Amino acid sequence: MIVLEALAKRFGAVEAVKRVDLTAADGRITGLLGPNGAGKSTTLRMLYGVLRPDHGRSLIDGLDVAREPVAALARLGALPHNAGIYPQLTARENVRYFGRLAGLGGPDLERRIDELVELLEIAEFADRRAKGFSQGQRLKVALARCLVHAPQNLVLDEPGNGLDVPATRSFRKLIARLRDAGHAVLFSSHVMQEVEALCDDIVIISDGRVVAHGTPAELTGSVASGSLEDAFVAALDRVTPA
Amino acid sequence: MRAFRTVFLKEVIENGRDRRTVASALLLGPLGAPLLFTVLMNVTLERERRGFEAPIELAVAGGSQAPNLVAFLKSEGVEVREFRGDTDGAARAVRAHERRLVLVVPPDYGTRLRAGLPASVQLYADTSDTSAAGDRVRAESLVRRYASQIASWRLAARGLSTGLARPLIVDEVDVSTPAGRAVTLLGMLSYFIVFATLIGGLYVAIDTTAGERERGSLEPLLTLPVTRHELVLGKILATSAWMTVSLTLTVTAFAVSLRFVRLEALGMAANFGLRTALATIGVMLPFVVLGASLMTLVASFTRSYREAQSWLTALLLIPTVPIMFAALYQVPARPGLMWIPSMSQHLLISSLLKAEPLMASSVLLSAASTLAFGALLAWAAARCYRREQILG
Repeated sequence: MIVLEALAKRFGAVEAVKRVDLTAADGRITGLLGPNGAGKSTTLRMLYGVLRPDHGRSLIDGLDVAREPVAALARLGALPHNAGIYPQLTARENVRYFGRLAGLGGPDLERRIDELVELLEIAEFADRRAKGFSQGQRLKVALARCLVHAPQNLVLDEPGNGLDVPATRSFRKLIARLRDAGHAVLFSSHVMQEVEALCDDIVIISDGRVVAHGTPAELTGSVASGSLEDAFVAALDRVTPA
Repeated sequence: MRAFRTVFLKEVIENGRDRRTVASALLLGPLGAPLLFTVLMNVTLERERRGFEAPIELAVAGGSQAPNLVAFLKSEGVEVREFRGDTDGAARAVRAHERRLVLVVPPDYGTRLRAGLPASVQLYADTSDTSAAGDRVRAESLVRRYASQIASWRLAARGLSTGLARPLIVDEVDVSTPAGRAVTLLGMLSYFIVFATLIGGLYVAIDTTAGERERGSLEPLLTLPVTRHELVLGKILATSAWMTVSLTLTVTAFAVSLRFVRLEALGMAANFGLRTALATIGVMLPFVVLGASLMTLVASFTRSYREAQSWLTALLLIPTVPIMFAALYQVPARPGLMWIPSMSQHLLISSLLKAEPLMASSVLLSAASTLAFGALLAWAAARCYRREQILG
C-alpha cells in the first residue's frame, strides 16, 4: 500500500505541489489524473525518493521513503516518465542489471527474468541489444526492469505515452493482472480513456492540489452527463474560478 | 553481490561495447601518444645534432667586394653561396624561405674599410623561423669575430696592445651534456602518459554520468533500493578500470617505440625496460583513481553529454599544469614536492628514466597524497548524487 501524506514541494518561486494526500490500496489500480503541469510527476518523484518533499511524507507499506529509503524502495517498482534503457545492453541484460542491484542473483534471478520475458512478451527481442528498439519494446523492457524484484507496489508515470494499440492493450492486461494478484498500482496520466478503462480509484490533481477523488462511478455520478471528462473539467473549474 | 560491484561490471562491459570508449582507450592514447612523442623526439634530436655538427649555409651578396671576409667564413666551415640581388632581393628571398640567411655586402664596403670608417654589412634572417635560429647566431658571431680580428690587426699595426679594444671577455661555458638534454626531452614522456591515461577514461566518465542522465536511465536507477554512494563508487571504479587499460597499453607502446628513438646519437640509452615500465604503471595507479574521481565529479555537474565533453576536454589540461611547471623550471625530485598530484608522478617517472633510485618515502607520499585527493573528489561526487538536482 502506498500512502502520501500532505506532500508539498517548491522549486524556487514555483510551488509545484501544494498539498497532495492519497492512498493507493493493495489489489486496486489508482489513477493520478491531471492536466499537464498539475504536479503529477513531482508528486510521484517524491514517492520514489528522487525528490525530497518540503512537507509531508511518502509511506510504502508503512515505511517512510525519506527515513528508510533502501527498505522502502525495496517494496516499490517505479517507472519514471520517459524512462530510458541501456542501448548497449540486451533486453535481458537490462533487466538483469536492475535485478542484481535490487539484491537478486543466481538461478532465482534468471528464473524471474524468464518469467518476465514471457509475461511481457519480450522473447522475440530478449537477446538483442536495445539500441534499435521501438517505443513499445523499450517500455516493455523498462516495465520488466521495475518488476524484476517482484515489488508489492508499483508506480508508473505516464506509461501509456507513445504506445500503439496492441501494445496499449497488452499493457492494460498486464496492469490488471498485477492488480488481481494483490499488488497496489499507482499510475499517472492525462489521457481520460486510459484512466477510465483501467482505474478502480481516481485522484484528480490540479495546480498542485487534490481537487477530487473517488471511484469512476462516484466521480461520473456528480455530473449530469455521466462522462468522466465532464467530471474532470467540473473538478478543475471548482478550484480555478473562471 | 555488493551493488557497487554490479555497477562496476555493468559499466565496464557496456562501455566495452561502445566504439567511442574503445577507440579512445585502446587506440587514441596508447597509439597516438607514443607515435607523436617518437616523431617529436626524433625531430628534436635531429635538430640538436645538426646544430652542433652541420655546416652553416650562408648566401652572400656582393661577396667579390669582401674576398677576405668570404675566405674567413669559408675557413670556419661556412658553405658560402653567391647571391645575386640587392637588399630588397635578400629580404624577399628570406621572407619566401628560399634562403635562410643572406649576408649583404654593400658596394662602399671596401672603400670605407680602407678609410678606417665603420663598414656595415646586413644579415637577413627570419627570427620567427626557430629552425634557423642556431645558424643565425653562429653566422653573426663569425662576422663579429672577423671584425675583432681586423680591429686587433689595426691596433697591432699602430704598435698598440690588442687587449686595449677588448676590455672584457665573456667566456660561455656550456656544462650541459647531450644526455642531460635528452632527459629534458624525456620529461615530456610523463606528460604524454598522464594525458593518454585520462583519455582512456574520458568517455566512460561521461557515459556513466551525463550520458546516463541524457538517456533517461538515471532516474530509474535512483529508484532502486541502493545507496547513492555505492552507485558512484561503481562508476568511478569502472572509469578507473578503463584508464588502467589505457595506461598499461600506453606504457607498453612507449617501451616499444622508444627503441626507435635514436637516443644513442646523443650518447644516451633509453632506460625503459620491463622494470621501468612496471614501475611507471605502479607510480601512475593512484593518479588513475584521482583522475577517474575528478572526471566523474565534473561530468556529474554538467547538463548534457556535449557539455560534459567540452568540460572534460578542458579538464585534461589541469593535471598538465604542474608537469609543465616542473619541466619548465627543471624542478628537481625533492621529497617536499611529492604531495602534489601529477607533479609527483612526473618527477618519479623522470627519475625512473634517468635510472635514479626512487626514495620509498617519496613514492609513498606521492601515492598517499594522490589517493587522498582522489578519495576527497569521490566523496564530493557521491555528495553530488545525493542532491536532487542530479536529475538535471
